[in-house]
Order: sequence, then C-alpha cells, then structure tokens
Amino acid sequence: MKYETQKLAYPYFLAAMGLFVAQVLGGLLAGTVYIFPNLLAEAVPFNVIRMIHTNALIVWLLFGFFGAAYYLVPEETETEIHSPLIAKLQFWLFLFGAAAAVLGYLFGIHEGREFLEQPLWIKVAIVVVALMFLFNISMTLLKGRKTAVSLILVMGLWGLALFFLFAFYNPSNLALDKMFWWYVVHLWVEGVWELIMAAILAFLLIKMTGIDREIVEKWLYVIVSMTLFTGLLGMGHHYFWIGTPGYWQWIGSIFSTLEVLPFFAIVVFAFMVVRKGGRDHPNQAAMLWTLGCAVLAFFGAGVWGFMHTLAPINYLTHGTQVTAAHGHLAFFGAYVMVNLAIITYAMPHLRGMQPYNQVLNMWSFWIMSSGMVFMTLTLTAAGILQTHLQRVMGISFMEVADEIGFFFILRGLSGVVVVIGVLLFVYATLSTDKAQVRVGGMKPQAAE
Amino acid sequence: MSEGLTKSAARNIFFGGTIFFLVILVALTVHSYGYIEKNSTDVAGITPGVEQGKAVWERHSCINCHTILGEGAYYAPELGNVWARYGGFEDADTARDGIKDWIRSQPTEVEGRRQMPHFEINEQELDALVDFFKWVNTIKTQNWPPNVAG
Repeated sequence: MKYETQKLAYPYFLAAMGLFVAQVLGGLLAGTVYIFPNLLAEAVPFNVIRMIHTNALIVWLLFGFFGAAYYLVPEETETEIHSPLIAKLQFWLFLFGAAAAVLGYLFGIHEGREFLEQPLWIKVAIVVVALMFLFNISMTLLKGRKTAVSLILVMGLWGLALFFLFAFYNPSNLALDKMFWWYVVHLWVEGVWELIMAAILAFLLIKMTGIDREIVEKWLYVIVSMTLFTGLLGMGHHYFWIGTPGYWQWIGSIFSTLEVLPFFAIVVFAFMVVRKGGRDHPNQAAMLWTLGCAVLAFFGAGVWGFMHTLAPINYLTHGTQVTAAHGHLAFFGAYVMVNLAIITYAMPHLRGMQPYNQVLNMWSFWIMSSGMVFMTLTLTAAGILQTHLQRVMGISFMEVADEIGFFFILRGLSGVVVVIGVLLFVYATLSTDKAQVRVGGMKPQAAE
Repeated sequence: MSEGLTKSAARNIFFGGTIFFLVILVALTVHSYGYIEKNSTDVAGITPGVEQGKAVWERHSCINCHTILGEGAYYAPELGNVWARYGGFEDADTARDGIKDWIRSQPTEVEGRRQMPHFEINEQELDALVDFFKWVNTIKTQNWPPNVAG
C-alpha cells in the first residue's frame, strides 16, 4: 500500500462483509419460507424478508464499490484522497442510513416500489452520501494522474448517482412508473455498474499480472464501449409488456442479446492477460476471485440473461422463476465476486499482513460458487416447469407452486452451502493465521 | 482484435458512441412516454381512487410477494390481470367483492400453503385498491400475460 488514505477503504470493506452476511441470512430465511410457508408468516412476512435480502445486497455492494474507489483511486491517480474527513463522515452517514432502513422495514416503515423501498429521507441521505463521495473522489482525480481505470470508475460512480435520481419520480400511471423505474434498475446493473466492475477488474489485472497498462486500458475502453452501446438500448427488453410500444420487442431483443459480448470479451481478455502476464502474484485467492468473476458474470449475466431475453421467449418466461435464476447468478457473478476480488486483494495490505489465509479463502470461493451455481440450476428447472405449466397449460399460480416445490427444497439446501461459504470468507479475510507475519502497519510494501 | 486501435481512438469511440446511444434511448423514451399517455393507458381513468389504490399497493409492499405486469417477487400470483381472473370485465360487482373478501380473509393459515399476511386496510382503501387493479388490467401490454393464470 503506497498511500496513507487507501486505509479509508478498510471500514467500507468491513461494513460490506457485515451486510453481506445479513443479506445471505435473509436469503436463507426467505428460501426456508419457500419450503415451510407458515414459518414467521405473521411476525416477519415474506415481503419484509425479501426487502431486507435485496436491500442489504444493494447496500453492501455500494459499500464495496465505495471502498474499492478509496482503495484504488489513490494508487491510480498517485494522489492522496482529497478529504479523509469527508470519507469518514460519508461512511458513518451511509451506515446509519442502511441500519435505519433495515430496522424500519421490520416495523413496516418503507415505500413500495421494488428495490426502492427506502423511505424518502433515506433516499435523500443516499444522494447526500453519493455527492460527498463523488466530490471527494472527483477532486482527487482532478489533482492527480488521470488513468483510464480511474476515469471509467469515476464515470460509473457518477452515473450511479445520476440515475438514482429517477427513484424520486413516482407517477400515478403505473406504465410510466415502470418505464422510469428501469432508468434506475436497468441503467445501474446493465449499465454503469458494469463500468465500475470493468474498472476494478482492470485494476486487479494490472496489479496482479504486471501486464502493460496500455494494453489493459485500451481493452477497457473497448469493453465498456460494448457495454454501453448494447446496454443502453438493451433497456428495451424490460419494455416488452408494460404498456410501452411494440418496437421495443425488436430493439430489446437485438441489443440485449448483444449485451453478452462485453462479458464474453472480459473472459477472453482476463485469461489472455493472466497467461501472458506470467507474474506469479502471491495473492492467489484474489486472482481466483478475479477470474471467477469474469467467468460467472459471463454465465450469470450473459448466458442466463440471453436465455430469456428474446421477446417471443420472454413472453412466456417473464415474471417466472427463470428471472429469479438469472438474477441470482448475474448479481453473484458480476457484482458480488468483483467485490470479493478487490476485498481479497486489498485486505492484506489494509491489515498490514502478508496475503493471509489463502487456502481457507479459496475454499470459500469454491463452496460459495458451487452453491450459487447449483441454486441457479434449481431455480432454472423450477422456472422452466413453471413456464410450461402456467404459461403454456394455463394452470393457476398456486397449483404450479405446489408442483415445483421439490426444486425449492434443493434451492434451500444450496442456500445453506452459500451461507457456509460466506461465513468462511469473512473468517478467512479477518483471521490471523500462524504462518502470517505481521509486516508493520502503514509501511509501503515492495511487492505490489 | 484491436491491433490497429490506439487507446485514444478507443476512448473517443467510447465517449462518442455512448452519447449517440444515450440520445437514441432518450428520444425513444420521449416517444414511449407519449405512446403510454395516448395509446396504451387510460389516463382519463386514473381517478383519485386509482391513485389512492396505488398508494395502498405501495404502502403494504405488495410487490415483494406478487408481480404486477410480470415485475416484482415471484412468491405470489400476478396481479396485473387479477381483475380479469375474477371475471371483472363480465361482472364487475362480483369481482370487486371477490377480491375484497379474499384480502379480508387472509391469512388462510392452511398448513403448507404460502401465506398472505393480514393487512390493516379499511373498506374505502380496499375499494381504491380494486380500482387500481381494474385500471392496471386495462393497460395495453402487447397481450401479455399469455393466459388468465397470469
């Protein structure tokens, strides 16, 4: 670690991991309710559990992105963070907002649009937090070296804040409501978040393989070009059946199919760079998460997205467990894994240790990933059956739910595996192994 | 694939292309806005009741179990066409009473069946909620869902 202010990332990563645990416990509970529907039915109904599951996910990913930015921007810009004080204030404000939101959900205090359930004052707080953060990072970038990695990262983060503003617009016409709701949700996860992810992966590959920055950055521009050229109009695949014009079926089908390209390019590029780079970086666990992210993002976001994105297919699968299958592997492969990659990479530096418990961390990778892949397969099977029974044969939703119950049992079991993997990851990241040598806190390290 | 491409050329393509596609997206969004207001939704039919019904729908976070026009959680039935499922287009009064009775009678407490909680919704709000469902069912959705099961 070369810069003092990179340490600002530490609490962000801790909070991210804490909320990650809360998120998967919420998920495990929701999955259990699928198997035992009477469980907690009155005390904590399913809709509340799900709000906590999805909101904790979003918030911890944001904590991770903020942490990643505070960690890598000083190194990229070769400048200390503009204001450590703002970074600290921003952290506590965000943590307070997140905790207040989750507590509020338990007491029935929330708004009612999916993923945007935060009460108005918390939405305002999120904007304030984002502005503090963007001011801080942008000032740092303006002072320092402007690399493509930092530029794309900051652009992604600005986009994130900008598109969140659509969360404040809630027209009474449901079709309009939905059209602009996607301006937050789609343009986040199939737009600007991909910029953030690509920038973090580029940073990790530069650091760990020792490959020429020029090559990585050129590819970074090519990849994020593919992302936005396809992803912006890929919006159309959400505009098939919500009251929007029929031409979206063509635009959405074509452009969202092409959304697979950047994910494919990331896989090809990441493996090429690692093969050519040849440097044997000591943090093998971080390398594993980096390559794993590329691969599972391709399958989760790319392949599983394509599976139901053509309008005639989506006509049948829209709003079934097929969507749930895609959602789970896409979020895990792309955004969970990129966060775990940067956390795995940065934590030894932040804690002033040698790359720590590699074996346990790598076990957590395989346990978590296989749990998620299996979960996706069970939900896919449930979704295909549901599509046939409900959409083709016209059997009612609740009867179909009983028919596909077996797959929800399997999904619940895979959820247990995932939770074990997550707990192991947190332990491996924060534990102190006997073999580790403490290498004085803030000293710059030679091996980078 | 990009041997002849320089970094600055790639950067220019990125910024130029992004602006290009963003402009198209915004233009199509503007057009779709007009289409929704003029063609696909009954704007005049958005009564205070429909508006209030949407607020009731949001206050109880119905979307985190149900779907509406296919979006939401996948734990409970689609409600975008619940009006049609209750036969509302043929017999409005029976459908209205049927939906209201169903909500009032929750939870079923049937063992092994997914449970809908009991919500504190008064008579007038229940009617507003039904107004909302009825209105949503008139949105022209390119004929989605494929059948009345939702």
